Amino acid sequence: MLRVEGLTKVYKTGDKALSDVSFDVPKGQVVGLIGPSGAGKSTLIRCVNRLVEPTSGKVLLNDLDITRLRSGELRRARRRIGMIFQEYALVERLTVMENVLSGRLGYVPFWRSFTRRFPGADIAKAFRLLDRVGLTQHADKRADALSGGQRQRVGIARALEQDPELLLIDEPTASLDPKTSRQIMRLIVEICRESGLPAIINIHDVVLAQQFSDRIIGLQSGRVVFDGAPADLTHEALTNIYGEEDWTAMRQGAAEDAAAEAEDRAEAQKMLGAL
Amino acid sequence: MTAPAYPTRWRRPPQLVKSPVLRWALTIGAVLYLVLAFGSIEVNWARVSVGIERGQRFIAGFLQPDFTSRWRDISTGLVESLTMTLTSTVVGVLISIPIGIGAARNIAPVWLYTVCRGIIAASRALQEIIVAIFFVALFGFGAFAGFLTLSFATIGFIGKLLAEDIEDIDETQAEAIRATGASWLQVINYAIQPQVMPRLIGLSVYRLDINFRESAVIGIVGAGGIGGTLNTALSRYEYDSAGAILMIIIGIVMLSEYLSSILRRWVK
Repeated sequence: MLRVEGLTKVYKTGDKALSDVSFDVPKGQVVGLIGPSGAGKSTLIRCVNRLVEPTSGKVLLNDLDITRLRSGELRRARRRIGMIFQEYALVERLTVMENVLSGRLGYVPFWRSFTRRFPGADIAKAFRLLDRVGLTQHADKRADALSGGQRQRVGIARALEQDPELLLIDEPTASLDPKTSRQIMRLIVEICRESGLPAIINIHDVVLAQQFSDRIIGLQSGRVVFDGAPADLTHEALTNIYGEEDWTAMRQGAAEDAAAEAEDRAEAQKMLGAL
Repeated sequence: MTAPAYPTRWRRPPQLVKSPVLRWALTIGAVLYLVLAFGSIEVNWARVSVGIERGQRFIAGFLQPDFTSRWRDISTGLVESLTMTLTSTVVGVLISIPIGIGAARNIAPVWLYTVCRGIIAASRALQEIIVAIFFVALFGFGAFAGFLTLSFATIGFIGKLLAEDIEDIDETQAEAIRATGASWLQVINYAIQPQVMPRLIGLSVYRLDINFRESAVIGIVGAGGIGGTLNTALSRYEYDSAGAILMIIIGIVMLSEYLSSILRRWVK
């Protein structure tokens, strides 16, 4: 499990991105991290694997304090933390397979990764994951030949290839259309359920967050202002996080999206049945 | 309620020099300096009229190039130049890759950055001819001095441009690879190399072409190759042979220009 204690980050410019953030994530829990732009969501998940160096506080993953590790130990800790990015962050000119296999970089020596001779078990795992996300036939394509939704699936496969104990997910749906967003969120949550994997999902879409996570943490100017079940995210709580806004209208719009999508799926089922 | 009267005239505000007085002073000063500078150029018209005749012979040689009578010298020089060009480009590029990586601010520690930038600055500051004169003095006349000169010049060129390309990469791809627990070398191999490879190939081919042209120039100061042959032909007043050599150089440069454009399109 993950424990974050009194995490504070002050950037060199003097901006206080996080102040005294603390929470626990037990095994198998999917946490939706919401908050307005600039609230510190990205900084928070990047402090967990130290892509951003925290100023003070502790991050404990299974009782190992990540904030105290030196570079070699940090690399060993990072390989157990899968990360999925906004805008996918695939290496565009590498093949889909190389992108997935890059999840093993922390486990293999340099010569193996340089010559692309990964152990057989890693390759089998990569094929299994590509099958899981439905991209087997694209394995040898270059990543930049795929669509947005497909790229994010590769991103998911790369994170899972790491054998992670924790997933950090940064705005997975930021550049996807509403329908693909739902599919990607559903895939992520299913995978977390399958293997009891805890995840922190940074997400600006409140409705998606409520629909797909077990717990919501609301950040506002670097502070935790809400921590509870999705159902407890009331009008007042949202106003507290984001400021005044017409929440009912927003929910209605999202509900319509979801209904349209459900209809699509029913239609597809019917078509399949007819075949 | 009346509609507010919006202005109907708008002019682009001055971007560089805000003060009109200073702006005019700078313009007038620059024009004045230009006029005076042109006035100070001295032309010896008597010398020009004598030289026209020599120039005509030069051009006449060009119009009737003589490939045959000195062909042995020309072909030896040409082979030497091409060998020098290829070897120096390969060696120069191989050396400049680690230097270019070290000179990229976003991946190298400060001390390494300083050292590598220093090497690049030294290589770029010294013009090929000066380096060639030095190496000729050190190793004697011939292609070896030329090979060293061109390798040295290639390091500055490729090193600088590679470093700048690495500094311009998409940082999120490197971040994603780093997040998997990859080591520094693995980040270079998986996140940086795929992003800079097409440009590195393009630059190397471009440098091959520059090195060939430079080999003709440094030959004049004794560093071997086709430049040496050209220099000999010129000093013997054999303008027809010199014309043939220049035409061969132009032909090869045009050919390599064409091939490199094809290659660059292909590696995208």
